[in-house]
Amino acid sequence: MKITLKVWRQKDANSKGAFKTYEHSHVSQDMSFLEMLDVLNNELVQKGEEPIAFDHDCREGICGMCSLYINGRPHGPLQTTTCQLHMRSFKDGETITIEPWRAKAFPVVKDLVVDRGAFDRIQRAGGYVSVNTGGVPDANEIAIPKKIADEAFDAATCIGCGACVAACKNASAMLFVSAKVSQFALLPQGQPERKERVEKMVAQMDEEGFGACTNTKACEAECPKGISVANIARMNREYFSAITSSYEVMAKGGGD
Amino acid sequence: MNWLITLFTSTLGRKLLMALTGLFLILFLAVHLIGNLQLLKDDGGRAFNVYAEFMSTNPLIQIVSKGNFFFILLHIFISIVLTIKNRQARGTDRYAVTSGKSSIWSSRNMGILGTIVLVFLVVHLKHFWAEMHFGDMPKVIYDGTEYRDIYSLVAQWFALPWYVALYVFCMAAVAFHLWHGFASSFQTLGLNHPKYNGIINFLGKTFAVVVPALFAWIPINMFFF
Amino acid sequence: MKLDSKAPEGPLAEKWTKHKFNLKLVNPANKRKYDVIVVGTGLAGASAAASLGELGYNVKAFCFQDSPRRAHSIAAQGGINAAKNYQNDGDSIYRLFYDTIKGGDYRAREANVYRLAEVSVNIIDQCVAQGVPFAREYGGLLSNRSFGGAQVSRTFYARGQTGQQLLLGAYGALNRQIANGKVKMYTRSEMLDVVIVDGKARGIITRDLITGKIESHSAHAVLLCTGGYGNVFFLSTNAKGSNVTAAWRAHKKGALFANPCFTQIHPTCIPVTGDHQSKLTLMSESLRNDGRVWVPKTARPGLKAADAVNIPESERDYFLERKYPSFGNLVPRDVASRNAKYVCDEGRGVGTTGLAVFLDFSDAIKRDGEATIRAKYGNLFDMYAQITGDNPYKVPMMIFPAVHYTMGGLWVDYNLMTTVPGLYALGEANFSDHGANRLGASALMQGLADGYFVIPYTIGDYLAGMPYEKVSTDRPEFKEAIDTVQSRINKLLSIKGKKTVDQFHRELGLTMWDYCGMSRSEKGLKFAKEKIQKLKEEFWSNVAVLGGAGELNQELEKALRVADFIELGELMIDDALNRSESCGGHFREESATPDGEAKRKDDEFAYVAAWEYKGENQSEALHKEELIFENVKLTQRSYK
Repeated sequence: MKITLKVWRQKDANSKGAFKTYEHSHVSQDMSFLEMLDVLNNELVQKGEEPIAFDHDCREGICGMCSLYINGRPHGPLQTTTCQLHMRSFKDGETITIEPWRAKAFPVVKDLVVDRGAFDRIQRAGGYVSVNTGGVPDANEIAIPKKIADEAFDAATCIGCGACVAACKNASAMLFVSAKVSQFALLPQGQPERKERVEKMVAQMDEEGFGACTNTKACEAECPKGISVANIARMNREYFSAITSSYEVMAKGGGD
Repeated sequence: MNWLITLFTSTLGRKLLMALTGLFLILFLAVHLIGNLQLLKDDGGRAFNVYAEFMSTNPLIQIVSKGNFFFILLHIFISIVLTIKNRQARGTDRYAVTSGKSSIWSSRNMGILGTIVLVFLVVHLKHFWAEMHFGDMPKVIYDGTEYRDIYSLVAQWFALPWYVALYVFCMAAVAFHLWHGFASSFQTLGLNHPKYNGIINFLGKTFAVVVPALFAWIPINMFFF
Repeated sequence: MKLDSKAPEGPLAEKWTKHKFNLKLVNPANKRKYDVIVVGTGLAGASAAASLGELGYNVKAFCFQDSPRRAHSIAAQGGINAAKNYQNDGDSIYRLFYDTIKGGDYRAREANVYRLAEVSVNIIDQCVAQGVPFAREYGGLLSNRSFGGAQVSRTFYARGQTGQQLLLGAYGALNRQIANGKVKMYTRSEMLDVVIVDGKARGIITRDLITGKIESHSAHAVLLCTGGYGNVFFLSTNAKGSNVTAAWRAHKKGALFANPCFTQIHPTCIPVTGDHQSKLTLMSESLRNDGRVWVPKTARPGLKAADAVNIPESERDYFLERKYPSFGNLVPRDVASRNAKYVCDEGRGVGTTGLAVFLDFSDAIKRDGEATIRAKYGNLFDMYAQITGDNPYKVPMMIFPAVHYTMGGLWVDYNLMTTVPGLYALGEANFSDHGANRLGASALMQGLADGYFVIPYTIGDYLAGMPYEKVSTDRPEFKEAIDTVQSRINKLLSIKGKKTVDQFHRELGLTMWDYCGMSRSEKGLKFAKEKIQKLKEEFWSNVAVLGGAGELNQELEKALRVADFIELGELMIDDALNRSESCGGHFREESATPDGEAKRKDDEFAYVAAWEYKGENQSEALHKEELIFENVKLTQRSYK
């Protein structure tokens, strides 16, 4: 296969970026998309040109490190992570445009690498159950209806890749935030901090500069783990009920 | 009262206001349609004129009407705030290629659709509402009571082809706006449940088609028949 | 050097309890006076950092990824063992201990393995309390399954994503401590050296991967939770970033490296498709419950899966069923892997590369129906189809073994301390619990046991004897370490050779795979050693690393890692040469039974081989920790 790549190159966060075109003639259908880039990078290094920087790690679709906005879609044409995308999804001679995730809250670090630290800070605002190690009850003392456990699990499968933000025309992070809010809103372990959690996480989400949800559902359609926008509705519900009924002690940092 | 400020300056709170005002406006549309359907009665506009007189004089309706204006303005104001914020959230470098395969067109273009509806609303208010309230209206007398003859005002406008075309076009924009907006408002309110989603979606899509279609049918009917 | 395991005396079941009582404690008010560095944020690192933060220590945690949540523990699929006996099927702490030590082919320390089994039950409680969504029964209680041929159902699981869910639990606990200010998190920071002051580990040198800045961090103790070194083979199921650098730097500063040749090779991975291959994907070994492994009886080069369906039964060799009638396709990982290699060596391998065997579900589909098979393995079949483009419902899958886990690692005592005081190794980075072969669903257990339930106790014993004073990073030891790191980086950037880092890495990997992989011989190992020495020379004179030191430079990151992998590769070969027995994942062709099965030599090799670095281009010194078995009788495995 031969393809033409239009790749966003940007030296660092403070430089201006631009597209650069590469003709890539050593492509096989069996290559993963990232392997296709590996091969290109190898050729670039041998030619003395700086290789394209992109994020990746596990290459089995679970770590959430890989990104890339390919031909106008996060993770490319399939509903999967870029590392699981293979070149057989493209046509011989095709032109492929590769861009980094674009969001104010995800500044570009270099080329196709962005900083997703905003996601960590949102989780840090309350995406956990405050239990110390040790001194917890026996695991089977908490019975959880299977359907609830399964629904919580569906939300918990989020890999934090940021495709939802990248797909959303508003760069909204609501699918990501709502997935964690949902997991703990559903499970009994999450009940003691249920209200503070959603209030704090939403506040942090807004602080980071993500946009608002306009229910286009592009996030759900592009999420490699198929997380449902029903979680966003649940987060809305949780938030409205929390803010209208919780004590106003949050300012004193009553979380932990 | 800090929590109220927190709520209404949060993205979620702003969305809540969009949904609530939107739902109110949907209700208003339904009521307005019931009134407009009187235009189709073959009575020389009597039913319509009686109805219009009632709507513009009843004190309770007057209060609701003020509320309606307020909600329209609020809906517009928040949508502008959200649109600005959402554009900022995307950042300065924007995508060179977007595919649009993952969402429906109307959901991505509520701002454009809303703007068309707003332009229509201004024209519409100027021609009908302002005329009726402040203009020099012809009068008709039914059973000894004097009424303003709004029917003839409407008939006059609906005889103009460009006006009918504009009206129909704008109703299409309303339809697309509702196609997304109706169910979307429920989602924003947190009302998403597999048991009810089917009904909400069905109602929303039916409403989005039927109501604007009926609105559009009136000028078409009056123009052609 | 005398290796003291510090394993406590007394009956097996009382060792840990007794030991915990004998450990010194740090007064709660004084804990804040101690700083602890944790490198790596996988299950071991995240759980340790969180737990130590909760206790009150000041923790600095480091990871090279952009978020602690991305550590490769996240990719573990199968599950986590715990001796809960929730299924009433005869499980116990002792049975888990016994299975683990036997599964490790009697090359692990009894006391450590028993402790692992003992705290396994606490791990499940802890994770459930954190909101980890384990699989449940309709009654609302936890579900278990039997895994990796175990006779009892003791594996807890979260669909095929157990590692992810456990890691997110630990990540949550870590986040809570970061929010509380007890843990300071450094992401995209790679540890490049450990700093020893007065014979004790007192800090690390890191490189900020975004700015390229070389930084010093001092502390009272350093914990390495940096995972395994499977990427020495280039192709493995490890993440692309997984590396040995932290452990190797510690080794060069005096920490002994134990049993480096013990690697686990997993039989059910998706085969290599070509030279572009960058990593291998594991598919759950549960597939072998219903799939039948075969190759054609006579060589058919390039046989495609689509054509395999036309090959009649009489011309198929179901080699595992033929050789191991009682276990059949369910023989342990090492046996299944080795036999796949043998048939491929005979030229009977399939696919374009000839390095694959079939895993055929047609009989199972005929017997149970496609719907049943879909319900059991649907997600795995989808994954397979996505990667290969073949439909496994219609044609057989192709599989081949791949490196999956490394049992070897830094030598640690019962307290998880390496031979450098104040330097600890947790999780896959240490060698301690799995012997020569790790059982399925035990890696997650060990990582979390070390982090949640061992280190919080044992580190106190060390810190209680340490002065509160912090060491300044202005000390010459830090300066010197920074200089070493910097000159190494400058050297790599100045070579400006012709070959890329990946080319070197691939070459190293291929050599290791061919001669120090599933089957090893003295001749092959000696040959490989020479090759690697040459490769090292070539690397340092002909590697091409572009870009600068003061920026995000992924080629430089790789070069630093590969340089260490090359040195480790040589040590692995030395270790494999030394251990002229077959045990667990280590198969020496010279030590086999007449019918070709692994033969252990307990009288000669019942020891841990711990290697001491002696300087550049010097042979490493071997130290032996004798393994004493007071509770189990050593038996030879048989699956016939």
